[in-house]
Amino acid sequence: MGFSGLTIGQYLPGGSILHRLDPRTKIIGVTGLVVMLFFVPSFAGLGGFAALVLALFAVARISPAYALRGIRPLIVLLVFTALLNTFFAPVADGHVLFRFGPLMATMEGLRTGLFVAARLILLVVVTSLMTFTTSPVELTDGLERLLRPFQRLGVPGHELAMMTTIALRFIPTLLEETDKIMKAQMARGAEFDRGGVLARARAFVPVLVPLMVSAFRRSEDLALAMEARCYRGGAGRTRMNELRWQAADVVAFLVMGAAAAAVVWVRR
Amino acid sequence: MRSWRRGARAVAEPLLECLEVSHTYRRGTPFEATALQGVTVRIVAGQIVAIIGPTGSGKSTLIQHFNGLLRPSSGVVRVNGMDLWAAGADRRRARQQIGLVFQFPEYQLFEETVRRDVAYGPRNLGLDEVAVAERVDEALRQVGLDPHRFGERSPFTLSGGEMRRVALAGVLAMRPQALVLDEPTAGLDPRARRELLDRIEAWHRQGITIVLVTHNMDEAARLAGHVIVMHEGRVVLQGAPAEVFGREADLRAIGLDLPLAARLVRELRRRGLAVGDALTMTQARRAILTALRGRDHGV
Amino acid sequence: MRPGPGAEPFIAVTDLRHVYHPDTPQAVVALDGLSCTIRAGEYVGIVGGNGSGKSTLARHLNALLLPTAGRVLVGGLDTRDRQAVWAVRRQVGMIFQNPDNQLVASVVEEDVAFGPENLGLAPAVIRERVDEALGAVGLRHLRRAAPHLLSGGQKQRVAIAGILAMRPACLVLDEATTMLDPQGRAEVLATIADLNRREGITVILISHALDDLLDASRIIALDAGRIVLDGPPHEIFDRVEQAPGGRLDAPAVVTLARQLRQDGVPLPPGIFRIEALADALVAARGARRG
Repeated sequence: MGFSGLTIGQYLPGGSILHRLDPRTKIIGVTGLVVMLFFVPSFAGLGGFAALVLALFAVARISPAYALRGIRPLIVLLVFTALLNTFFAPVADGHVLFRFGPLMATMEGLRTGLFVAARLILLVVVTSLMTFTTSPVELTDGLERLLRPFQRLGVPGHELAMMTTIALRFIPTLLEETDKIMKAQMARGAEFDRGGVLARARAFVPVLVPLMVSAFRRSEDLALAMEARCYRGGAGRTRMNELRWQAADVVAFLVMGAAAAAVVWVRR
Repeated sequence: MRSWRRGARAVAEPLLECLEVSHTYRRGTPFEATALQGVTVRIVAGQIVAIIGPTGSGKSTLIQHFNGLLRPSSGVVRVNGMDLWAAGADRRRARQQIGLVFQFPEYQLFEETVRRDVAYGPRNLGLDEVAVAERVDEALRQVGLDPHRFGERSPFTLSGGEMRRVALAGVLAMRPQALVLDEPTAGLDPRARRELLDRIEAWHRQGITIVLVTHNMDEAARLAGHVIVMHEGRVVLQGAPAEVFGREADLRAIGLDLPLAARLVRELRRRGLAVGDALTMTQARRAILTALRGRDHGV
Repeated sequence: MRPGPGAEPFIAVTDLRHVYHPDTPQAVVALDGLSCTIRAGEYVGIVGGNGSGKSTLARHLNALLLPTAGRVLVGGLDTRDRQAVWAVRRQVGMIFQNPDNQLVASVVEEDVAFGPENLGLAPAVIRERVDEALGAVGLRHLRRAAPHLLSGGQKQRVAIAGILAMRPACLVLDEATTMLDPQGRAEVLATIADLNRREGITVILISHALDDLLDASRIIALDAGRIVLDGPPHEIFDRVEQAPGGRLDAPAVVTLARQLRQDGVPLPPGIFRIEALADALVAARGARRG
């Protein structure tokens, strides 16, 4: 129980260059890296990519081991993906390693399985590099600014950003509350880890109902408080921290460009 | 539970004991935080114990060890002699014996009717419907709610004070030996606060051991026979109220104040009026009258 | 810099009536023909039991609720005037009961900036106001902190800073101390007393505990949607227990002083602080000796 094991999505405050980059740079950068990741054709390419990611972690002064901890909850998924690819990769004539009933594992399949798994791990690690170095608030601001040109096309950038801001503000509160309600019901003899799926699902009703009631009450209170503070939507609103491009952002884009060029060159 | 053991050690064996209990949250992450450090407390059956301390001193973390909701990072917790974290320990039984009521417990109500909500605990104990119904009625009466008037109502239509009492009934219906209450009067208006304190005293007279976590020194002084003071995850002071509240400088150093009556006595002494000790307003009244009259006749 | 209570009423409430769910079987009369005026710079405590209408009254003061009948004027503006709503809310800031449910952003200074951002101020101006407001509540050192990691008292002070950054003339605290521990309560009370004294901000503090209202210059007691007592604290405290409704408890010092008077100790009326009681008791001893 508890949510303390999760490292995905966590922000680790710090003062590195990566921490100080404009959030828009980091959003575009990570998106770019993820796209590149899917174009990297070989293990050697993945190695190069991993080296780049490791370098970025060094720049951010965060231990890559900490990012790997974020993978732990995904191990089942990783193993499953690797096995699926090992057995079902469309291979014309691979060297058969072993058979398992009707299933057949080929050398080619195993390679594909490991490749896909490695790619997934890098995907998680590269994304967590962004969340580790960017506070949720900056992330939201960055998204809002990136979406601003699309506001005219009906993309509700401000509303999305405001929703995200509020969600980020209340997620810790609601997690704490969930923990507290679970414990309160356990003090009344509840058990959340016994019985079949149905019994477990039913055991959560005494947690979910109070949580919903509380969430509704909180949202009503918050709406009232926002109204009392003259909130009336995005129109006419200004921001205390306007985002501004810095020299470091230009450097970051140059690094990205170099990496993209490398990928193109490898695939040539 | 064997009778020879009971007979021989009934006085010595506390209902609940924590020995050198430490607790660290989020161990091994950059957010690691030590909440308790080597805490040893014993709660003897029949006591009213107050746990006081500033916010963040570890009070809430400590009481969650009392019924095995939290596992100590090190140290031992025993309820009626049973080590809660020994292999095969029956923690559900400990949770029945030590009834824990969180702060603002009305936020944990979930059923459609008051009766069904209060029945949740006894049902989890596996009792039959007759026994459950009997306990629900009894618990509702213990909190001063008429089962016939309130039983079929939705808890969400009640006033805040009534909801709090329903939540308390939900724990009383487990028939615990001890009731651990985290800030039970928080947010109540003065009258509801006084009524609840009277009820807590009544439960104590019925034989329930009471552990009261409170910020309110007046409540601690009025109810408790034993006061435990916590600061930064440690027990820094414990003893009878007169003893603990006699250490004004120590309490001030950790941001705690004296009960109102003791503050009045202090002010009077500062002004040269020799009054006796007082922890409650009733005691203060008596001490002041004695001081004033004593002077009249004595000089 | 201190304007002091002006002669002109800042808030004028006339025959205010508020009915929840009107014209249904669940109709509840929350305010029943209530009238009062509050001058700029006053520190008014409003006290009442559950259902006395005190929160409903608070919400009329910044147009979160509109009168069923009667009229509320804030700085000369009628709250029913749709054009005036935002001007009214700009002048009258509101702090609510639950410290967790009124902070919007996950960084303290971002939250304080929320109000000024809604007013459309320039970034530099917002920055200046945010720093000033955090300074006024003594939380500048926590400006980058996450609200959920603060104590209750700190959260309420962040909420107060968020209102101050909008530069209101009046602060309404609707049971804002109810959920706090004694330390948090003391922090909030000291903060608003200071704002009233130093900045001349009008304060309306609503509570169910008279002990919170010792700093007020005037106390209004409500019962069943009407005003039952209105006057300075030293006049009100001795009379609260006789007030209609009977849900109010006098502060403990007042009760003790009354009991001692019954015991024959000659104490003057209007005692509600420990220091005053100690002074009076010492004086009473002197009188007896002489």
